[in-house]
Amino acid sequence: MDLPLIWFLLIAVLWTGYLVLEGFDFGVGMLIPVLGRKDKDRRVLINTIGPVWDGNEVWLLTAGGATFAAFPEWYATMFSGFYIPLLLILLALIVRVVAFEWRGKIDDDGWRAWADRAIVFGSVVPAILWGVAFGNLVRGVHLDADHQYVGTFWDLLNPYALLGGATTFLIFLTHGAVFVALKTDGDIRRGAGRLASRLAVATLLVAGGWAVWTQLAYSTAWTWGATLVAAVALVRLVVLTRQGREGRAFAASAVTIVAAVVLIFGSMFPDVMPAVDPANSLNIRNASSTDYTLTIMTWVAVILTPVVLLYQGWTYWVFRKRISTAQIPEHTGLTFLRR
Amino acid sequence: MEALELARWQFGITTVYHFIFVPLTIGLAPLVAIMQTAWYRTGNERWLRLTKFFGKLMLINFAIGVATGIVQEFQFGMNWSEYSRFVGDVFGAPLAMEALAAFFVESTFLGLWIFGWDKLPKKIHLGCIWAVAIATNLSAYFILAANSWMQHPVGAIFNLETGRAEMVDIVAVLTNSTLLAAFPHTIAAAFLTAGTFVAGIAAWWMVRLVRRGDAETARDVYRPALVLGLVTMLVSGGGVALSGDLQAKLMFQQQPMKMAAAEGLCATEDGAAFSILTLGDLSNDCDGVVHLLEVPGLTSYLANGDFTSTVTGVEDLQARYEEQFGEGIDYSPNLAVTYWSFRLMIGLGAGSAALALAALWLVRRGRLTDKPWFGRLGLLAIPTPFLASAFGWIFTEMGRQPWVVHPNPDPSGVDGVWMLTARGVSTSVGPGAVIGSMVAFTLLYGVLAVVWFRLMKRYASEGVAATEKDPSPDARRDDPDDASDRPLSFAY
Ligand code: HDD
Ligand code: HEM
Ligand code: HEM
Repeated sequence: MDLPLIWFLLIAVLWTGYLVLEGFDFGVGMLIPVLGRKDKDRRVLINTIGPVWDGNEVWLLTAGGATFAAFPEWYATMFSGFYIPLLLILLALIVRVVAFEWRGKIDDDGWRAWADRAIVFGSVVPAILWGVAFGNLVRGVHLDADHQYVGTFWDLLNPYALLGGATTFLIFLTHGAVFVALKTDGDIRRGAGRLASRLAVATLLVAGGWAVWTQLAYSTAWTWGATLVAAVALVRLVVLTRQGREGRAFAASAVTIVAAVVLIFGSMFPDVMPAVDPANSLNIRNASSTDYTLTIMTWVAVILTPVVLLYQGWTYWVFRKRISTAQIPEHTGLTFLRR
Repeated sequence: MEALELARWQFGITTVYHFIFVPLTIGLAPLVAIMQTAWYRTGNERWLRLTKFFGKLMLINFAIGVATGIVQEFQFGMNWSEYSRFVGDVFGAPLAMEALAAFFVESTFLGLWIFGWDKLPKKIHLGCIWAVAIATNLSAYFILAANSWMQHPVGAIFNLETGRAEMVDIVAVLTNSTLLAAFPHTIAAAFLTAGTFVAGIAAWWMVRLVRRGDAETARDVYRPALVLGLVTMLVSGGGVALSGDLQAKLMFQQQPMKMAAAEGLCATEDGAAFSILTLGDLSNDCDGVVHLLEVPGLTSYLANGDFTSTVTGVEDLQARYEEQFGEGIDYSPNLAVTYWSFRLMIGLGAGSAALALAALWLVRRGRLTDKPWFGRLGLLAIPTPFLASAFGWIFTEMGRQPWVVHPNPDPSGVDGVWMLTARGVSTSVGPGAVIGSMVAFTLLYGVLAVVWFRLMKRYASEGVAATEKDPSPDARRDDPDDASDRPLSFAY
């Protein structure tokens, strides 16, 4: 069996899991100022993702760890090369984590306002920057013969990659709005539904444009399949959000993300990090670990990934009910000073 | 400063910071699970109140542990990319396994535990906190496997063609002798940390309530927590000493330079003494070292279990390394740091275990105490194991320098699998980027530390009374479908 190929696919699967799952919780985070006019509304929003956002984030950690184990050269070049965007993503994720967990611990408006700012910042920054990063991976970056990144930070901010950032931003925003509509009740649900149907149109235009650009400039024939699926899913998304069919609309935005990942990885293949000078590209052969390591890791992944899917799926089932302001208690947490 | 120095500082700062919170999580999760089990078994309300009280403290702490852990996962690629290229074939595997086997369980079941109080049957809800507790300890195993491999590479070969270390035996990596000693040591240290935390807070509350005339709550709620904490401290204190001794003996074989430096032992000696107080100048050379206070023969005993055996000193080791790995490099770590971090680790940790013994005596057979100094001492004891752990890591990691992957001394061992720290740093990242990120992390971490501390203090000072504000989970019925329209009890 061709182990580097399997691992290329597995890493694509891990990123799919990450972007589909954390995608909607980025969206929910970004929508707090938009959909959460009153504090109770904001708490409804946060509690829709409360039990799951941390588990969603681990898909990223696993993708990172798996890249380290399976393609050390890719891990090394990408994270040292994309240093500043990655730093921003890390700072964003840090404040986001603590804001989620600490927000309800103190019963004070000023405190909650800070936590909300951190959640919005922590969701917007990665939602855009992951798109920028993937755009650059697809487009190719400046690598030297030792596979070291020799471009600058500004090289990463080219129009194509920035459009990629706008694409992920909009997709996640829509995905989040649809998720809120699916998971809440009352005014919030209606507001989210309306917003989703408007966002879907913008997403169709931007993401569609990006997909076609990708397809024409950087991709191969067979990824037309993915581009087509993405296009159909985006159109369905527009239609379904208009009809208020939340479950199907959520499936459509999820399919869009899956198709986008297929398009991205399909365009890169067989490179994992295409270089402007193709001779210097990192590909699944020259970046990969030994067959021994890949074999071990394949066993681990093949056994554990289904188990993870099983218990994460169970979590979504346990928390399948809609929530609304009726379930939100008046107060959570202590006040800073003793009452 | 160069990118190398800066990258080292950054790694040191972010990792020591991560490890402030990690031991508390590792130890407190099982203790909370034990409290909840006691509630499940006995139905006694006190255990429920304690579960929620310490559970909230654990959650406040958990958040920051997770947040700072994310940085760790990517730092190797950002600042240590040459290192990552060299070791990725071996080192990446335990990291990926940690995420797949431990982090997923930890994060998913913690979500279930926080939000599941009135959605899950009691037994399954209890299972969730146990899953978290086991997973945090499992994550420690995998990450220590990675770290132990840097201390003592096994199960790998150096491939001349690719110029990197390649794994040949995963079982050897996961059963590395260094790992088998470091894991119990780190876990015991974590339980000592959490035990001291629980006991310290309970002691303070007990005294406070007795003095306020509420001996009943003091006896009913805080005394059991105090005893649980104290027993944990005693057992783990013993565990730390035993496993530490084991580690020391291993380290004398695997990294003799680290241990010689830890003892300030410059010249080779028979029946080497254990120094308790040593003065040296900071020039980091042997001439300036003056031993003031010593226990004869103890170092030899620590190294080989024999008070008269020979222990090789820094100077001879330097000569040996030069012969093997080339001249022109100082193969000894910073002597002062290594010496003092070793002593501070042992001293601070042993101190808190000794306190536990005295405290157990004070509250023997159902006694309470109202001595204010006891409450204050409880609070003062809390930071000591945190500090001891930090010094333990500083010792382990700085004592390993100048190596990032220390050569395995076993002659049959892993030829060519070693790397100097200076060679591991990213070549494509300039000092500006590292300075920028270091300032950003340090500032952010500083702010978070203040908030973390205030939150912990605020919740600790509210005591179990803080839990009364939650809707009672007893209102939950066993049919989970029923629970949808009632208020969330433990939510954000
Ligand atoms: C001995 C234990 C130990 C050590 C040495 C480390 N960690 Fe850690 N780490 C944990 C024990 C732990 C933990 C107890 O499992 C944490 C703390 C709080 C938590 O949620 O999990 C954690 C969290 C944590 C997370 C977040 C997990 C999540 O989202 O749930 C990551 C990505 C890492 N760590 C990665 C690392 C790396 C790459 C390290 C090496 C430099 C490292 N940790 C040192
Ligand atoms: C959480 C506990 C840990 C602490 C507190 C810690 C602390 C430190 C410190 C203080 C240094 C700096 C040493 C110096 O430069 O003089 C260092 C270096 C390093 N550590 Fe650790 N460490 C920990 C765990 C780990 C683990 C688990 C790994 C790997 C899996 C690791 C990998 C490294 C690497 C790659 C360096 C090289 C950079 C350097 O030498 O500065 N550390 N660590
Ligand atoms: C009797 C006392 C102790 C002895 C003999 C001892 C011995 C050691 C030794 C030899 C190491 C270095 C291992 C290496 O270089 O790989 C070490 C590391 C460490 N120690 Fe201790 N120790 C003692 C007490 C403590 C206490 C009380 C704590 C914390 C509460 C602690 C926490 C640590 C930690 C976190 C590390 C780094 C992780 C590791 O390598 O295991 N130690 N200890």
